[in-house]
Amino acid sequence: MKTTPLLEVRSLSVAYGMRAVLCGVSLTLSTGSVMALIGPNGAGKSSLIRAVSGVLPVRGGQIRVSGTDLVALSPAQRARLLAVVPQARNLPPAFTAWETVLLGRTPHLNWLGQTSPQDDARVRLAMERTDTLALAGRRIGELSGGEQQRVLLARALAQAAPILLLDEPTAHLDLQYQVSLLEMVSSLAQQDGYAVLLALHDLNLAARYANQIALLAGGEIRAAGSPEQVLEAGLLSQAYKIPLQVVANGPGGRPWIGPI
Amino acid sequence: MAVLLLGAAVVLSVAVGSVFIPPLTVLRLLLPADMAPGWEVGDTTTFGVILYQLRLPRTALMALTGSALAGSGAAYQGIFRNPLADPYLIGVASGAGLGAVVAMSVRWPYSTLGMMVIPIAAFIGAILSVMVVYTLARVGRTVPTTNLILAGVAVGSFTTAINSFLMLRGQGELRRALAWLLGGSTQTGWSPFLAALPYIAVGLVALLLMSHALNVLQFGDEQAQQLGLPVERMRLWIVLAASLVSAAAVAFTGVIGFIGLIVPHVVRLTCGHDYRRLLPLSILGGASALLAADVLSRVVMAPQELPIGIITALAGAPFFLWVLRRAKQQAYW
Repeated sequence: MKTTPLLEVRSLSVAYGMRAVLCGVSLTLSTGSVMALIGPNGAGKSSLIRAVSGVLPVRGGQIRVSGTDLVALSPAQRARLLAVVPQARNLPPAFTAWETVLLGRTPHLNWLGQTSPQDDARVRLAMERTDTLALAGRRIGELSGGEQQRVLLARALAQAAPILLLDEPTAHLDLQYQVSLLEMVSSLAQQDGYAVLLALHDLNLAARYANQIALLAGGEIRAAGSPEQVLEAGLLSQAYKIPLQVVANGPGGRPWIGPI
Repeated sequence: MAVLLLGAAVVLSVAVGSVFIPPLTVLRLLLPADMAPGWEVGDTTTFGVILYQLRLPRTALMALTGSALAGSGAAYQGIFRNPLADPYLIGVASGAGLGAVVAMSVRWPYSTLGMMVIPIAAFIGAILSVMVVYTLARVGRTVPTTNLILAGVAVGSFTTAINSFLMLRGQGELRRALAWLLGGSTQTGWSPFLAALPYIAVGLVALLLMSHALNVLQFGDEQAQQLGLPVERMRLWIVLAASLVSAAAVAFTGVIGFIGLIVPHVVRLTCGHDYRRLLPLSILGGASALLAADVLSRVVMAPQELPIGIITALAGAPFFLWVLRRAKQQAYW
């Protein structure tokens, strides 16, 4: 077991113009673990994912992967360390699933942008792992939301980065697809050793699939730790500003949360 | 397929004109003697002169221009993520036209070297107008379709107006620029082709090398950056290469619309959106399409020639609509 965390965010601050969206956020993530970011809309979950992935300018603090400061890296160097699974929206419909997953190889290509048989092999592996190889020749515009999301997950795997960032991957999906996607993500962490950071709006799915949870509200971390520590009625009710009830030993032995 | 099409277009373009050269004779004249022994081809000397001094240079220039327009059109559609972008609609072509006319108003070019200055002036005009259009149309990090078109049309009209003013004010030789600006190759000989070739070749090769980046950009700036692409720098290089290519085309053949818009879309509808295929096929297709249009411009009202821009619009628009109708009813852009 490694003692140093793979991903370390220290007092991170991010602002859109004058409006602060993250203030002094700190968290650590190690190999093989799944951390869920929860919190009400506008709490800063997506902003945190985007800031870590390098698309939002950082006002203060540090983001380190294995000790290296990400801010100093080029986009390609960063993309070899972190892979992002965005929400499946506004995708160019005419690209095939294969062509889409192949784009995950971008940070590994030379300046000529040529793909090699090794790249193809990586793509095939990623698509097998996410159960999307059968869709390879289909256009992404023809795929269901759940299939598109799995194709984007395959693209992130093709990037061969040790850290996966997922921004509300289950939004707009049917329950069956939410469950199957999160099953896949948690097996990627447990079996393949990925470090996973994902924003989730469903507290019960977070309770079931994450082994660490960070509760965000107003751009700050209100609580972080194991699901049992963070999913606590008082903390949640305060963050979501409605009375919530937590059943400590819900289905599957996990906490179960609902409004009173 | 695309190569065969281009070959046929070349032979046709060389054969057809006020004097018809039989296709077999064309092949005989083009191929080395030992590859086509014993063909009865008749009077090769006259044909040879016409072929090498008139038809071939014109064919070469038209093929080069067509590939430049279609290649840069595909690239503009890619970086602006907008199906309507093409060198004309976004004002690049008229900007290039202005640059070229300003250069000609300083001194009318007589030599190949003098001609090579024109594309540079056109390039400066093109870059200036694409910068203005992009700045005007940009909202945050995106370029909405309507903004792009409005800014392109406004900048295009403005530069065209300055152009007309310059030409009406000008004496004698600058009036030649008017004929040039209406499209078609009015200059003869190999000079225009040789002057345009280096710019277009460099620009198209650069675009081909960036076709993977164009693919990545189709997923939006944010995803492109997360996939490891230096987005701003890549976009700048693509705009520079595409503008160089279209400026060089405009500098020698004037304003020929529609090729840069239609050809990439026809390729997309038939062969998919992967820029690693789309770009080379658009380049070949653009060359074939403009050659075909040039042949038509010579035969429709023979012996008089029509401006080629009329042909590209007259034939191109219905053909494009036909392809669009035939494509399956699915979200395509």
